[in-house]
Amino acid sequence: MSHAIVTSVAGPVVRARTEGRFHLGEAVRVGPRALLGEIVRLGSGELTAQIYEDTTGLAPGDAVAGTGTSLSVRLGPHLLGQIFDGLLRPLHADPKHPVSYDVTPLVGPGERVSAGQRLVAVRGPAKDQFVLVPPDLAQGEVIAIETGKFSKDETVARIRDADGSDHEIALTHTWPVRRPRPVARRRPADTMMVTGQRILDSLFPIARGGRAAIPGGFGTGKTVLQETLAKWCDADVIVYVGCGERGNEMAEVLHEFPKLEDPRTGRPLMERTVIVANTSNMPVAAREASIYTGVTVGEYFRDQGFNVTLMADSTSRWAEALREVSGRLGELPSESGYPAYLSSRMSEFFERAASVETLGGAPGSLTVIGAVSPPAGDFSEPVTSHTKRYVRTFWGLDRGRAQARFYPAIHPLQSYSEDAEGLAGWWTANGNPNWRRQRGRILDLLEAQAGLERMARIVGEDAMPPAQRLTLLCAGLIDDAFLRQSAFSPTDRTCPPAKQTAMLGVLMRFFDLAEAAVARGVRVEAISRAGFFRRLARMGEEIPDGAPEAFAALAEQMETEMAGLGQEVGDAV
Amino acid sequence: MPFELGASGAVTAIEGPLVFLDRVVKAGLGEAVEVEGADGQVRLGRIVALDEERIVVELLESTAGLGVHDVTVRFRGEPMTMALGPGLLGRVFDGVGRPRDGGAPIPAMVRRRVDTGTINPAMRGVPQDFIETGVSSIDILNSLVRGQKLPIFSAGGLPHDRLAAGIAQSARLRGAEEAGFAVVFAGIGVSHDSAENFRAAMEQSGALEHTAMFLNLASEPSAQRLLTPRYALTAAEYLAFEEGRHVLVILTDMTNYCEALREVSASHGEIPSRKGYPGYMYSDLATIFERAGWITGKEGTLTQLPILTMPADDISHPIPDLTGYITEGQVVLDRALEHKGIYPPVNVLPSLSRLMDQGIGDGYTDPDHPALAQQLFAGYARAARVRVLSSVVGRDGLTEADRTYLDFGDRFETEFINQAQMRRFEESFAIGWEILAMLPPTELSRLSDAQIARHIAPVAAGTGAGDG
Ligand SMILES: Nc1ncnc2c1ncn2[C@@H]1O[C@H](COP(=O)(O)OP(=O)(O)OP(=O)(O)O)[C@@H](O)[C@H]1O
Ligand SMILES: [Mg+2]
Repeated sequence: MSHAIVTSVAGPVVRARTEGRFHLGEAVRVGPRALLGEIVRLGSGELTAQIYEDTTGLAPGDAVAGTGTSLSVRLGPHLLGQIFDGLLRPLHADPKHPVSYDVTPLVGPGERVSAGQRLVAVRGPAKDQFVLVPPDLAQGEVIAIETGKFSKDETVARIRDADGSDHEIALTHTWPVRRPRPVARRRPADTMMVTGQRILDSLFPIARGGRAAIPGGFGTGKTVLQETLAKWCDADVIVYVGCGERGNEMAEVLHEFPKLEDPRTGRPLMERTVIVANTSNMPVAAREASIYTGVTVGEYFRDQGFNVTLMADSTSRWAEALREVSGRLGELPSESGYPAYLSSRMSEFFERAASVETLGGAPGSLTVIGAVSPPAGDFSEPVTSHTKRYVRTFWGLDRGRAQARFYPAIHPLQSYSEDAEGLAGWWTANGNPNWRRQRGRILDLLEAQAGLERMARIVGEDAMPPAQRLTLLCAGLIDDAFLRQSAFSPTDRTCPPAKQTAMLGVLMRFFDLAEAAVARGVRVEAISRAGFFRRLARMGEEIPDGAPEAFAALAEQMETEMAGLGQEVGDAV
Repeated sequence: MPFELGASGAVTAIEGPLVFLDRVVKAGLGEAVEVEGADGQVRLGRIVALDEERIVVELLESTAGLGVHDVTVRFRGEPMTMALGPGLLGRVFDGVGRPRDGGAPIPAMVRRRVDTGTINPAMRGVPQDFIETGVSSIDILNSLVRGQKLPIFSAGGLPHDRLAAGIAQSARLRGAEEAGFAVVFAGIGVSHDSAENFRAAMEQSGALEHTAMFLNLASEPSAQRLLTPRYALTAAEYLAFEEGRHVLVILTDMTNYCEALREVSASHGEIPSRKGYPGYMYSDLATIFERAGWITGKEGTLTQLPILTMPADDISHPIPDLTGYITEGQVVLDRALEHKGIYPPVNVLPSLSRLMDQGIGDGYTDPDHPALAQQLFAGYARAARVRVLSSVVGRDGLTEADRTYLDFGDRFETEFINQAQMRRFEESFAIGWEILAMLPPTELSRLSDAQIARHIAPVAAGTGAGDG
């Protein structure tokens, strides 16, 4: 391997005089403690590397050793249920984690196989997984294939390629983090990823393989929303990347997820989860790498035919890490000090999200959801505005809502989903043919509310005509009854599509009845004081999943009481 | 191993806090050095950059009086460390851990790096023990739990010192008798008065013997401010994780820390980010604030109560903004409330405690505590909106419901937020329900029927009887 001698050290950046050949992106080991680094710049006779560990004590004269390979991580069945650092080194040595896995062959000796095909099924403590023919091995013949218990580094199959050379396949393999894993083709994103959050699924849905951003100032609910999605969305595998955020939040996931049950499988949620943690106090260069590590892990599971969702909290910290390293390299800064390549790096990252047909021919998807932490909560800053260009779904968090403890604090007028149009078919197939129309009506009411509230600030609400006051009442009810959903309520933390459909149905009926009532002279106050109104406002909390009869009963109470209001008017006249 | 490098011309230049010297020894990044001038005074510094020819040392004390030709530089051969042992409590130290109370140095049982590595997140326990501070706006609405980092966002002239000292004196676990409680106070660029006020307050309540103070006064070198919180936290970690105490660390004023960071960064010629603060300020602050928490298997905990003053009362200024992105919430003091004579002037809407959900409710405080907090927030947020409205259209232009909210907002401030003395949790809890009872039940959509029956109906019935 090649060698170099350190000539200068500044923060996470090291320069060295080279003896021998290196390549850009190559992983290197530096100094007596063999710190891991990556070459980010090569000149004649000189290299510059960013170091992924604390550089305290490093000095000129220390040795740099090349590894001959690009910065890579080890992928395998040991990932699920565990926590790793930004370069996928285990942070938790769980004694319960078995050292061996049950291997069952899916092909026989002599069979011809091609890249991406499933070779063996692997049963461990978490969900069943697969070992595939490596993506870069186009065609081959199975020479040997194993059954039984194996540890993660043992060979489980041997394949002879077209040139006659043999390839040993182990349970784990390495992959360069910055190189996207190949797929057969991309598929249209026409299946909804069910999040269980009403404001998302019903108003701003995301497709499997989609890309979403959650921008918001501090404390507006990015992390809680991501954790909620990680818990209740209908993905097969969750990759949770804590990028430059709090250690306690990682600890929380580690403590909570094993105790929660995946409603679809009945297994602990932790078994479908991989955590990649580079907390804010860990070395900054590793923060930059952690995003790539996470997305590589996501692709690895996608290639096995799973639907994977990646949470990145927060992509702003990643961008800042880029900025910091760029500054140390003496590069010319662009907007707000970020390097000029910020935008292209972001697009590369988000491009790795997709709904695909894998090399092995199975459907799989990788959905990416990134939190964005704009300075001062200002969405016009570079990271938020670049992110906006690359995502299709934008869930903007609003400080005012968060301060009123209205959660999730997603602002319905600042958010959008380009996936929504394409998902109407999904809703139709899943029990709500009226979804598109209902969604439109809700968005219209919320839009009207914004205008009317401006007017109320000038003339006072008392002076407004009843129809307008009803619009305000209806929009207020949408907020309270439908959009508000506490992540900490045992009943309401997740809301399946059927319940969302039932709630929308009751609300639509209410709008119709209320409009008719006001048209015949019923006072708006009388409607909001009716007994059913409070039930309506609390239905998410009070009516459990799978109780359509409760919604029917509520609708009936509403019909009766609304009709009664009509009576009173009649009586009064 | 420490060794000495003579004065013979190794130093080539001194610029601000930076000392440049020829690389005559093999020293590593971040290692500690001592620089002694002709005046015999020893100044602490660390290596911030080095290449084959030179070493750049950042001095954490004044460089005034140093000459290029007459200094002696000693290399410690290791990063900055602090000697720790029993007897920290009751003592006063300077900003870099040297006794300033005339007492003997602390016996060096162990040496610890002052910029310790990180707590492995997999080793962290989840903070969840509710701390009763005695402050209603915190206990009911922004609860503090052990191991949390909850800063006070204040501004010039607001009573943050009084609030912090009050909390340090009265904070306790509910039910349990407090054993092994300790306070570490780090004064970062503070005036002599505020350090003395804190000391006096702690002395008065008899808590001084549980307190260790680290003081970098306003008159002392600003570069040293970068180290003061680190020395204080190193001591606090020793008290928490080796002596098994529950330690409350008060860091004041973090704004002075950030100013020092900006000053030092500028002297390095670094490209500044927002408002001239360095781009790495977020990461740098995180290395301080992340040193809170509890560790699985250790007895003690470390809770941080940092104080910062928002420049120009602006919460979007980089200092509070970056802090808010790191800490687990914030308690925001408000000048308008202060003008109304409300103490403590806590504006609960921008305030937040993120760990609250883990430390309150069934088994911790009261099963109905979360709902009470939710409804108070919703009500006060509405009251704040109505206030804006009424300032335009007048009280008469408001709907009847809105007029009730206006009154609710006033009572909330004067009776709930405002408090002459510290309150027990139960007391704060009862006042909360009493005020909520002003609102008609149709407005209480965050409460269940059962909660209304339990807490609101009795109050309402009581008032009804009084009226009749
Ligand atoms: N959906 C929700 N349901 C209930 N509470 C919520 C919800 N979202 C946020 N919260 C409350 O808001 C607090 C702050 O949320 P969170 O930590 O997610 O903010 P954040 O946007 O990630 O902030 P930062 O950028 O500083 O990390 C939480 O601790 C919780 O109390
Ligand atoms: Mg967060």
